Amino acid sequence: MSVKIGEAPYKERITKGIENDFMREAVSSAQGRFRAGRLTRAEELGNWEDWRQLGEEIRTHTLENIDFYLQQLSDAVSEKGGNVYFAETAEDANHYIQNVVKKKNAKKVVKAKSMVTEEIGLNDAIKDLGVEVVESDLGEWILQLDEEAPSHIVTPALHKNKKQIRETFTKKRGYDQSDDPEELAAFARKELRKDFLAADVGITGCNFAIAESGAITLVTNEGNAEMVTTLPDTVVTVMGMERIVPTWEEMEVLVSLLTRSAVGQKLTSYITAYGGARLEDEIDGPDDYHLVIVDNGRSKILGTEFQAALHCIRCASCINVCPVYRHVGGHAYNSIYPGPIGAVITPLLDGYDDHQELPYASTLCGACTEACPVKIPLHEMLIRHRQILVERENKAPMSEKILMNGFAKWSSSPAAYKISTKLARPALTPWIKDKDRIENGPGPLKGWTDVRDFPAPSKKSFRAWFKERESDSHEHSK
Amino acid sequence: MKVSLFITCLSDMFFTDVGKNTVEILERAGCEVDFPASQTCCGQPAFNSGYLKEAKQSMKQMMRSFRDSEYVVGPSGSCVGMLKEYPKIFAGDSEWEEAAKDLADKSYEITQFLVDVLGITDVGSTFKGRVTYHPSCHMTRILGVKDQPRTLLQHVKGVELIELPVAEDCCGFGGTFAVKNADISREMVKEKSRHVSETGADYLVGGDMGCLMNIGGRMRREGKQVEVVHITEILNTH
Ligand code: SF4
Repeated sequence: MSVKIGEAPYKERITKGIENDFMREAVSSAQGRFRAGRLTRAEELGNWEDWRQLGEEIRTHTLENIDFYLQQLSDAVSEKGGNVYFAETAEDANHYIQNVVKKKNAKKVVKAKSMVTEEIGLNDAIKDLGVEVVESDLGEWILQLDEEAPSHIVTPALHKNKKQIRETFTKKRGYDQSDDPEELAAFARKELRKDFLAADVGITGCNFAIAESGAITLVTNEGNAEMVTTLPDTVVTVMGMERIVPTWEEMEVLVSLLTRSAVGQKLTSYITAYGGARLEDEIDGPDDYHLVIVDNGRSKILGTEFQAALHCIRCASCINVCPVYRHVGGHAYNSIYPGPIGAVITPLLDGYDDHQELPYASTLCGACTEACPVKIPLHEMLIRHRQILVERENKAPMSEKILMNGFAKWSSSPAAYKISTKLARPALTPWIKDKDRIENGPGPLKGWTDVRDFPAPSKKSFRAWFKERESDSHEHSK
Repeated sequence: MKVSLFITCLSDMFFTDVGKNTVEILERAGCEVDFPASQTCCGQPAFNSGYLKEAKQSMKQMMRSFRDSEYVVGPSGSCVGMLKEYPKIFAGDSEWEEAAKDLADKSYEITQFLVDVLGITDVGSTFKGRVTYHPSCHMTRILGVKDQPRTLLQHVKGVELIELPVAEDCCGFGGTFAVKNADISREMVKEKSRHVSETGADYLVGGDMGCLMNIGGRMRREGKQVEVVHITEILNTH
């Protein structure tokens, strides 16, 4: 896989999403739970806005000094006996990890949930070596069995209900029990345990790397990251280069924001911290440790008006409140990063060519911006993308350009505008029904009236009414 | 107090009553209302579609129109919200920067103006009916006007205010989104219409005609009887 997850065109994906009742039911009820949870947790914390402010400040500071902190992190990891590799591209990262796996002569690799490894398509790269890869996060494991892409960045199998999961387990692993979530999870745990014990290499992502100490922290709900980082004797961390904080102190603030925002928990069940290889006087830790820091287009975003998009802590709040996401589901975005943050970063990471519709898949309602715990102005960035598509990428349809050009002339000329207030009704008269509405509009109105009625223009504009009223009162006062 | 009415192009052409009601409410509150006739559109249709150059032309027209106004008041959270964005849009433009800031500073949405500037919470109106209120996205999130409309509605005699479920959810209007992404917009407005029905209210009230014509147009298509009214209609009924 890579950032892009398929070839289906935009319209087709949208229709498929809208027609998938199971998915919509699952997504809508999950959104309801997450939203309510987030609001309660935020309230408990009290001054939520102050926390967001602090979150934003920490991220801004870190990204502005990212070179310094990456160097510090790299030094700290090396000191602890780890190897650090800066991968400029996805290929570089995959190539490096392939070498680690080959050197180890590994037969099996076990992974904890990581979006960046999805982004670079690491699983395929490992499979190309003839080595088995097992996802150990429950959601990821389900998707792996089904050969599907994640539809959400925190709960990747959000689009599936328990019946579908039961079916998958039965078909792929001979499961014969009920669709009770506890039973399903217990089964997965039992199956995965064998993999943990047999794995030669463990690979994880990273929520926050602590620059000062070289520790990698992971926030999970299942504790699987614990197993991935302790059982195999070779461990690899793959992190997007922006996933870094200066010290434990900042990490604490961001974790509070992350867990409360993500699923409405005070804390997740597990926060795993690890890093470096086992040194001579230590009793635990892997023999061989690698930290792969992935750029893959990120440094191109630094210093641009989109820099704040790199502040993202992948909490999925923006996704959980997004009404568009609720109706079309994650796969409709055709990116491993769906929802508002996906619509912002996908074109940045993977170019506009394959993703030019995404910035328009939003009403600009601003629910995302309001929910984001580090205050990324998501909907404003979507507008900025639209400007770039119009001005720089030249991807806007000609009809729209003509329309907008007309708009500019109309709205900057009071005379033209005034005439239009008189002509609007006569021009639309053939389509007006019952004096007050249009059910089958012409031209661009059709998209509107396919779904709902359009009002008929007033017989007399407001400005005409106001003018008459003024002259009436002048008459009176004469 | 002298107030210039910013009618918004939509209400100027389609929803004349919104303007009439706004004028009358303001006058009853003791304001002297004028209407700078050279005003057009706030520029939002172009701005939100990514046509910055085109949007700026209408924005400049608006700045010219309201240059001499003391207060600018409009019956739309979204359009007034757009005026509030002008300073960001014209930042660094020495010719317009000042004017943009001036217009943003003196502009108010009608309920915001009544409550925050005039200090009025009871406009003295009477309106009998079960009413539910849709807080439009730009009104609440961009303009930050959350409580003012509710406060005013609560003081109207005869109004029974019923909470709209997940009221803060967007109705699916989004300007050109409603046409460009008509399928998604349809699903969103269907959901909003369902929530309105769940309240059992006779009237759906809002402060933005864009959203109201979307929800109202959908409910009419679905054959629903709920009446859609702009908040100024309720505040101007006696
Ligand atoms: S953009 Fe903000 S809300 Fe969305 S995932 Fe990132 S941090 Fe969370």
